[in-house]
Amino acid sequence: MRGISKSFPGIKALSDVALIAHAGEILALMGENGAGKSTLMKILSGAYRADPGGEIMVAGQPISIQGPRDARDAGIAIIYQELALAPNLTVAENIHLGNEPMLVGGRLDRSEMRESCRPVLERLGAPFGPDTLVATLSIAEQQMVEIARALFRKARILVLDEPTTALSSRETDRLFALVRQLRSEGIALIYISHRMAEIYELADRVSVLRDGQYVGTLEREEITSDALVRMMVGRDMSSFYMKSHDDAGARGEPVLSVDGLTDGGRRVHPCSFTLHAGEVLGLAGLVGAGRTELARLVFGADPARGGSMTLKGQPFAPAGPADAIASGVVYLTEDRKALGLFLDMTCQTNIVLDVIERDAGFLGRLNLRRAGERARNAFGAMRVRAAGTAVNVGSLSGGNQQKVLLSRLLESGPAVLILDEPTRGVDVGAKSEIYRIIDSLAKKGMAILMISSELPEIIGVCDRVLVMREGRIAGEVGGPGEPAPTQHAIMTLAAADAAA
Amino acid sequence: MATSATSPAAIPPTSPGTSSATRRAQMRSALQAAGMLPVLILLAIGFHLAGGHRFLTAQNLSIVAQQASINIVLATGMTFVILTGGIDLSVGSILAASAMVALMTSLSATVAWLAIPACLGAGLLIGLGNGALIAWAGLPPFIVTLGSLTAVRGLARLLGEDKTIFNADLSFAWIGNDGLHVLPGVVLPWLAIIALAVVLAAWYVLRRTVLGVRIYAVGGNMSAARLAGINVGLVLMFVYGVSGLLAGLGGVMSSARLYAANGLQLGQSYELDAIAAVILGGTSFVGGIGSIWGTLIGGLIIAVLSNGLILMGVSDIWQFIVKGLVIIGAVALDRLRQKGNART
Repeated sequence: MRGISKSFPGIKALSDVALIAHAGEILALMGENGAGKSTLMKILSGAYRADPGGEIMVAGQPISIQGPRDARDAGIAIIYQELALAPNLTVAENIHLGNEPMLVGGRLDRSEMRESCRPVLERLGAPFGPDTLVATLSIAEQQMVEIARALFRKARILVLDEPTTALSSRETDRLFALVRQLRSEGIALIYISHRMAEIYELADRVSVLRDGQYVGTLEREEITSDALVRMMVGRDMSSFYMKSHDDAGARGEPVLSVDGLTDGGRRVHPCSFTLHAGEVLGLAGLVGAGRTELARLVFGADPARGGSMTLKGQPFAPAGPADAIASGVVYLTEDRKALGLFLDMTCQTNIVLDVIERDAGFLGRLNLRRAGERARNAFGAMRVRAAGTAVNVGSLSGGNQQKVLLSRLLESGPAVLILDEPTRGVDVGAKSEIYRIIDSLAKKGMAILMISSELPEIIGVCDRVLVMREGRIAGEVGGPGEPAPTQHAIMTLAAADAAA
Repeated sequence: MATSATSPAAIPPTSPGTSSATRRAQMRSALQAAGMLPVLILLAIGFHLAGGHRFLTAQNLSIVAQQASINIVLATGMTFVILTGGIDLSVGSILAASAMVALMTSLSATVAWLAIPACLGAGLLIGLGNGALIAWAGLPPFIVTLGSLTAVRGLARLLGEDKTIFNADLSFAWIGNDGLHVLPGVVLPWLAIIALAVVLAAWYVLRRTVLGVRIYAVGGNMSAARLAGINVGLVLMFVYGVSGLLAGLGGVMSSARLYAANGLQLGQSYELDAIAAVILGGTSFVGGIGSIWGTLIGGLIIAVLSNGLILMGVSDIWQFIVKGLVIIGAVALDRLRQKGNART
């Protein structure tokens, strides 16, 4: 691949990226969250179309990928983290899906279907037969079905997108053996992973993306943890961030103490931390590290299965979001369209939703005058750019939508504000305004917990950073008397292998 | 080539976008509110002209209002339900069962005065049953109310031992057969007054109370509503309860009109007319979008269609066909409008 670019409205997700994968080689692809790995792979698989200008060549022949079918015909197969199998069908049916062998008259040729995929299953050493129902297989075995399907379709380039996230260590070993076997069979493998240990173990070369740009490629003997981290995060920090609230020296009283909070070990292992008034505490980690899950436990959106919390000295065990909001803990979701806003409702209604009951009169009569005031004040304080408070929130830009959602949370006068990726899908201008708002809230003494996958943002905005890895708090950087957080320190904690 | 010269001038200055956006938003909401009103007016005028000037007379309009009223009451309950993204298929059966309860109570020597409360209570109870299964057991509304459509119909037949119950001295028969004499010769039927009052109350709840906002919120985005601390289960209980209660009120109205109730025939396929009225009124099947005024107009359109087609001497076979096509056309319109509502 050469000169690949991809723009989304408002964002350039990839610019001029090049990637070379050789047959019989494992190329690892690394980069922070949002560096453009997934976008690049989606272009390769035909899910997205690249901007004009780049070219993709397979075995020396330039090819054009307009859709998934083109990619498949070119011998490219991608196995995503979320497997694309129909669990209600058998292994053979899944392998043949969309390409079923027919008898005369359009009748399904079941025996052909079964027999034709036996060789490939044997080649992979699959412990299941073609008639097994996919739903009864483990995740690792389902992955094997996907690989079998790719090989059955004569794939020459196989992309594995973080294949080990859901696997046990024994399953991982088995997968690695399989990956090496495929390499020796002459297949080009592109292996996307966050885990350094896997990269050491498997990769022949590592290519790194950062902010949608190709940074470079390391040969096997050059691969070191330091070199990779430097390539992944090494960018200059702008003066984009605003931090005028007190950080190190005089932080306020502890507001929220979390002690051993867990969901029973599914996604969050017991986590403990303390959040102080007037502090912005960062929660860093890779996607899937359990940050959102932990935040939802604190907010009561998911039931905790162990541990305890104290809020302003009182025991705090929210039965649900309503409880948490009433106690002064609010949560800004990472997915504002699906989980935050009511897109068909006006900005005004969205802003006052959490407090309408408080404002309401007899028998829940709405106080529209008060609601109008609140909405206008919020528009002013947040500098929301919209035609008016009566406009549907769905018609606003991402940044303005985020400001409306944030206004709603602030209307209830919370003591603890949990922000989950507060600048996701927000343009640069609105980003710096949101940083300014976070800063001024901290200055007023609010306790803020901020989840972010953008390291410069975490470092620029937060006073102290907790790093999560695989459902646990792996460590803490920054804080009073400690050196300021660095990207390197955070990445080392976030990506280090559990064994290291 | 000639066009290229004009293009720089055609670029609008930097920011009148806001005012034109407001205007567009206002237009859209006005269009949505007005919705099917022009269709209703055109239909009425059309029937008047085509039906020998018999449609737009005080007497006939009073009949139309009477015919529309029960459906509008049911459709009001249905509007609450559909606004949350649900459906209530059981209202026709609830109407029959509660009418049976009303008639049976009215025939008793001691508690005849309890006929109306018993009827309303029966409807409310069944509605809350639907709501409980949907809100707390998490079953899909379609399946729950499809089940109660059948089960409650059976209950209605069981109540009267599958016979028609008459009461020639029905104490509340005036509701169904009398009206308010507003002007000499002009009678506003009580049925129509009740329907109008129900619509007004529904408007108040939906647009002027916290509960109304929460109903729209639950229909607009159920997961966001949960995260915003809204008790989604309680909202769902309320809407199915209201739908049942109003079906009970429909039971009062139709038994008052007929002096009788029959568990098998009464209210057959009324749920479909109610759903049709809501959909014609522009309420989105997905939930979260719609208004009670739309439902009122939708209900009137259905009544005008029936009445007008009868006046014109169209056979009832063709009435079915025309009504069905109108409903499909309305849903097509709904789709078009949703497409026009660009979301970002």
